[in-house]
Amino acid sequence: MVQQSLNIERRSATTTPSPGVRHSVEVAKLIDISKCIGCKACQAACMEWNDIRDEIGTCKGVYDNPADLSAGSWTVMRFSEVETDNGKLEWLIRKDGCMHCADPGCLKACPAPGAIVQHENGIVDFQQENCTGCGYCITGCPFNIPRLSPKDHKVYKCTLCSDRIATGLEPACAKTCPTGAIMFGSKKEMITQAEGRIADLKERGYQNAGLYDPKGVGGTHVMYVLQHADKPELYSGLAKDPQLSPLVIFWKGIAKPLMSYGLGVAVLTGIMHYVTVGPNEAEEDETEK
Amino acid sequence: MTNHWVDIKNADLILIMGGNAAEAHPCGFKWVTEAKAHRKAKLVVVDPRFTRSAAVADYYAPLRSGTDIAFLGGVINYLVTHDKILHEYVKPYTNATYLVNPKFSFADGMFSGYDAEHRRYDTETWSYQLDADGYAKIDETMQDPNCVFQLMKKHFSRYTPEMVSRITGTPEKQFLTICEMIATTAVPDRTMTSLYALGWTQHSVGSENIRSMAMIQLLLGNIGVAGGGINALRGHSNVQGITDMCLFGEKLPGYMTLPTEKDPTYGDYVKKWTPKPLRPNQVNYWSNYPKFFVSLMKAWYGKAATKENDFGFDWLPKIEGPSDALAIFERMYQGQITGFFCQGYNPLAAVANKKKVGIALARLKYLVVIDPLATETSEFWKNHGVLNDVDPAAIQTEVFRLPSTLFAEEEGSYTTSSRVIQWHWKAADGPGESKGDVEIVAGIFIKLRKMYAKDGGAYSEPVLQLSWPYHIADQPSSEELAREISGRSLVGDGEQLAGFAQLRDDGSTTCGNWLYSGMWSPAGNLAARRDNSDPSGLGQTLNWGFAWPANRRILYNRASCDLAGRPWDSSRLVIEWNGSKWVGNDIPDMRPDAKPEEMIMPFIMQPEGVGRLFALGQMADGPFPEHYEPFESPLTKNPMHPDNPETKSNPAVRIFMGDLDAFGKPDKFPYVGTTYRLTEHYHYWTKHSKINAILQPEQFVEIGEELAREKGIKSGSQVTVSSNRGFIKAVAVVTKRIKALDVDGRKVHTIGIPIHWGFMGLAKNGYLTNTLTPSVGDATTQTPEFKAFLVNIEKA
Repeated sequence: MVQQSLNIERRSATTTPSPGVRHSVEVAKLIDISKCIGCKACQAACMEWNDIRDEIGTCKGVYDNPADLSAGSWTVMRFSEVETDNGKLEWLIRKDGCMHCADPGCLKACPAPGAIVQHENGIVDFQQENCTGCGYCITGCPFNIPRLSPKDHKVYKCTLCSDRIATGLEPACAKTCPTGAIMFGSKKEMITQAEGRIADLKERGYQNAGLYDPKGVGGTHVMYVLQHADKPELYSGLAKDPQLSPLVIFWKGIAKPLMSYGLGVAVLTGIMHYVTVGPNEAEEDETEK
Repeated sequence: MTNHWVDIKNADLILIMGGNAAEAHPCGFKWVTEAKAHRKAKLVVVDPRFTRSAAVADYYAPLRSGTDIAFLGGVINYLVTHDKILHEYVKPYTNATYLVNPKFSFADGMFSGYDAEHRRYDTETWSYQLDADGYAKIDETMQDPNCVFQLMKKHFSRYTPEMVSRITGTPEKQFLTICEMIATTAVPDRTMTSLYALGWTQHSVGSENIRSMAMIQLLLGNIGVAGGGINALRGHSNVQGITDMCLFGEKLPGYMTLPTEKDPTYGDYVKKWTPKPLRPNQVNYWSNYPKFFVSLMKAWYGKAATKENDFGFDWLPKIEGPSDALAIFERMYQGQITGFFCQGYNPLAAVANKKKVGIALARLKYLVVIDPLATETSEFWKNHGVLNDVDPAAIQTEVFRLPSTLFAEEEGSYTTSSRVIQWHWKAADGPGESKGDVEIVAGIFIKLRKMYAKDGGAYSEPVLQLSWPYHIADQPSSEELAREISGRSLVGDGEQLAGFAQLRDDGSTTCGNWLYSGMWSPAGNLAARRDNSDPSGLGQTLNWGFAWPANRRILYNRASCDLAGRPWDSSRLVIEWNGSKWVGNDIPDMRPDAKPEEMIMPFIMQPEGVGRLFALGQMADGPFPEHYEPFESPLTKNPMHPDNPETKSNPAVRIFMGDLDAFGKPDKFPYVGTTYRLTEHYHYWTKHSKINAILQPEQFVEIGEELAREKGIKSGSQVTVSSNRGFIKAVAVVTKRIKALDVDGRKVHTIGIPIHWGFMGLAKNGYLTNTLTPSVGDATTQTPEFKAFLVNIEKA
C-alpha cells in the first residue's frame, strides 16, 4: 500500500509505461513447510503490524482459526492431516496468503486504474483508494486469496508488508517466525536456500521434496518448500498447476484487444462520418430551424 | 535445565517426551530446528497425541498417557542388555559400582520399608554399605549382586519390549526403533538431549518419570556435555525464578528446607541438612548449608539475627505436615484456613478438582486476589450459569481484588529455563490503580507491622524484627531486592559479594538466595548484561545475563571430560584440564585447580560426588523408578504386578480421605483423559487478549476418528466429557492424530482436553477443565495428576 519508495512495474487498467531508470532486486518470501510448527505467530504478527482484527470466531472442528482468509485476516494457517503412501501420518501445516505471482491474475483482471500495482521487486499490492469493489480480482486469482470487505466494499489481501520492505525491513511474519520457517530475501537467494533445505529433506527420506514456484503464473514471490512437491494438493488443496483464469486470459488476451480494436473502429467511423456527412447535430439543428 | 536453550542446537538426537516443545515453547524450539539444520540431528517425539512437535519430527511413536516409566524402563533394559552404555563414564561418574544395603529389597512392586497405614516408605534400607570411616563401599568389577549396576539390571530386566508394548500400547517395532536411535548416543562424540515439561511432571509418578530419563542420560554419558542433559522446559518466563526463590511452601530460597516441628533447635536443623561426605575427597557442596542458611537469615532479619539467638531460627515457622497446593486446599476444604492471599495464581482453574476448590474458597473468611486480570478465582462466588453454578447468597467469603501490573509494566528479572537471570526494564505504566506486586505486599506488611507494634499479637517478634532497609519503605525497588538476594559483606565496606564461595556462617555475610549470589557483584548488575558474543560457537554466551550457579551454563560440566580431563568430544569443548587448571567455554563445575588425579567427581552436590542411578532416600516412592498405573486407569490391574492390588498405583502417594471416593472406574469412564496447552494460549490469561482469542476462540476436545465413529460424533459438533467429578461441554475435533492403542489386549482410546477456557475474558466462555481432573499428586512433589485420568464422552 506504499508506493513512494518502491518502483512500480505495472498498474491495473493503465497503459502509461512505468519509469524504468532505477532497478530493484526481485524479492521473495520462502515458507519452509517442513520447519513450520503451526504456532500462528505469523498470523498474530500480521494482525499487529497491519492493525487488523478479525471477529472472534468459533471452533469448526479443526485448528484453523480464523477459519478462512478475510479482509481482516490476510494470512491463515491451514492444517491438514494426511496419511502418506506408507501409512505414515503427517500433519501438513501451510501458511496461506497471497503468492505475489509474477504474472498476477488479479492485476490483469482489474478494471480500476491503479487499484492493483505490481512493484518492480515483484510485490503485488492493492491500492484500496482506487478499488471499486467489482471483485474481478477475486475471479482472476488462481489461489483464491483476495477478500471483499463487507465494511467498505474494497478488496484486501497480504501486501508482503510492502511498507516494511520499502524501508528495508522484512515482512512481519518472517520477522516473528520462531523456527525460521518463513524466510525473506532476494528471489535468487531464496531459491538457493530452498535447494539446501530440499537436499536435507531428501536425506531424511522425503524423495519428492521440492520448491513450489509454479510456472503457470510466471513463478511466485511467495514460495514453499514442500516435503511432497509432487502432490501440492495434500497441503489443504494447494493448486498443483495454477494457471490464470480463462476469463482473465479471455479478457486480457482476446476481449481487451478486440475492445480496443472496436474502440478504434468506432472512432474511425466517426471521423469518416464527419468527413463524409459532416457534423450531425449542426445539420439537424439547421434542418429544425 | 542442566543445559540451556541454545545448547539444544549441539545435540545429535533430540527426544521430546513428556512435553510438546513446538506447541508450548515455540521460541525455544528454534534451537531444535538449528540442530536439525546444522548437525543433521534427528528429532524423536513420543506422545499420546501426534502433536505440533511430532509434525516436524523425524520419528514419532504413540504411548498411553501415564506409562512413561514402562517405556523408559524398557529403554534402560535395552541399553544394559545390548551393552549400549558409555562405560568410561558410568563406572567413575555414577554410583553403578556402589554396594547397597543387603536389606534393601523389591518384590511385587514394593520396595523394602513400606508402611501401608501411612502410605509411605521408611527409606532406611535404601542406603549404601558403609565402611568403618562412614564411606560407601564399592565394587569396581560391578559383579556383586548388591552393587547398583546389578540391582538396576535385575530391576529393569522385567521391562522387556513385549511388556513395554503391553503396558504403553507403543507398537514393539516402534519402541525398538527408538531404542536403537537412543543407543547411537552411547559413544563419546554423539549426544542426546531430553526435552520435557508437564507431560512428565503431572503424574502420580511424575518425579520418577524424570528420574528414568536422568538414569538413561547417565548411562549414555550425556550429562554435563554440550548437546546433552535433562532439560525441563519451564512454561512461564519466570517460573524457574519462582521455583528458585521457593515456590514450595516446604522450602526456603535456594532449595533449602523450611524447618518443621521435628527441628526444635538450630543445631538439630543444620545437622540434619548438612550431609557428611560419602566418599573420600569429594566436594559435597551441601556441606556449606549453614553458610547459605545463616546468610539468608541475615538478609531477612539483619542486625536482629545474631549468633546468640541462632540467627533468628526460632522466628521461622515450623510447619506441621505438608504445605503443597493440594494439601493447602484440603485444609481449606476442611475449614481450617481463615484467609488466603492469592497472588498471580488462579487456583479455581489451576488446582485439581474445581468443585472441591470452589467449596474450599467458600469456607474462607477472606480471600485477597492480587492479579492484573479479573480471574475466575476472584469470581468464584459469582454465578456464571452452568460454568460456575454457585449460590452467591450462600458464600460469605469476603473477596478483595487488588489489581497488579504486568511484567512489562515493571522492572526486575526473569530466570529462564536455562537458569539465566535476565534483567528487564519497564516499558509502560500499568493502567488505572494497578500497582506492582512488591508495592502491594510492602504496603500490607507495613500496615500489619504497625498494628503488631501498637496492639501486640500472639507472636509478633518475627514481624517486628524483620529487616526492612529499603529507601522508600512501601516501595522497595527491584534493584534493592536484587542486591539483597545476591548478597553482600557485613564487615568492612559492605561490598556486594562476587559469589556464594564468599558466604560465611558467622553472620558476616548476608544473601537472600545463595544460588543467585554474584548476580549483582562488585561489577554491578550482571543480569543486565546483553553481550551475545559467543567465541565457543556452542551458544554459551557467558556475558549474556547471569546463569545460576556462578554463571555456569552447563551443570556438572566436569563430566564433559574423561577421568584425565580430556573432553569426550573436542569439537564440543565445554571445559578441559590444561595441565594446571580447568579452562574452556564455561565456568568449570569443579575447583579450578583440582587436578584430575585428585579424583574429585563431577556431581558435586552429592556427598559421594557421582550421579545416582540408585537414588537412596531422595525419592518418596523408590530408589529405582517402577511402573504404576495412574490412579484412574483403564486397566483393572498393573500388568507388572497383576496379583498385588496394593501396587496397582503408586503405593507411596498420599490420598486424602474424600478424594479416594472421587476416583472413577473404567466401567463408567472408559477413556483416558489428558489435559494440555495450545500454542495460541497461555493458561487462563490470554483468553483476555483479543489476538489470542481470535486465533483459538472456542473450547474443544480432541478424539480419534475410530472413537468418533463408534460414538457417532461429528467434527465440529458439541460433546459432553465427564469424569467422576463433573462434566464439561465442548466442540469435538475429530482427528487422525489420536489413535486407539492396543493395551494389555484391549483397545484404549484417549481424549485430549486443552485447558484454556473459563468464564472470564474475551474468548468464548467455556468450562474450567479441572472440573474433570482428580485431586491426587506425585509422591515426591505433589504435582497433580492432570495428564492421565478417566473420562466418558457423549454427544451433547
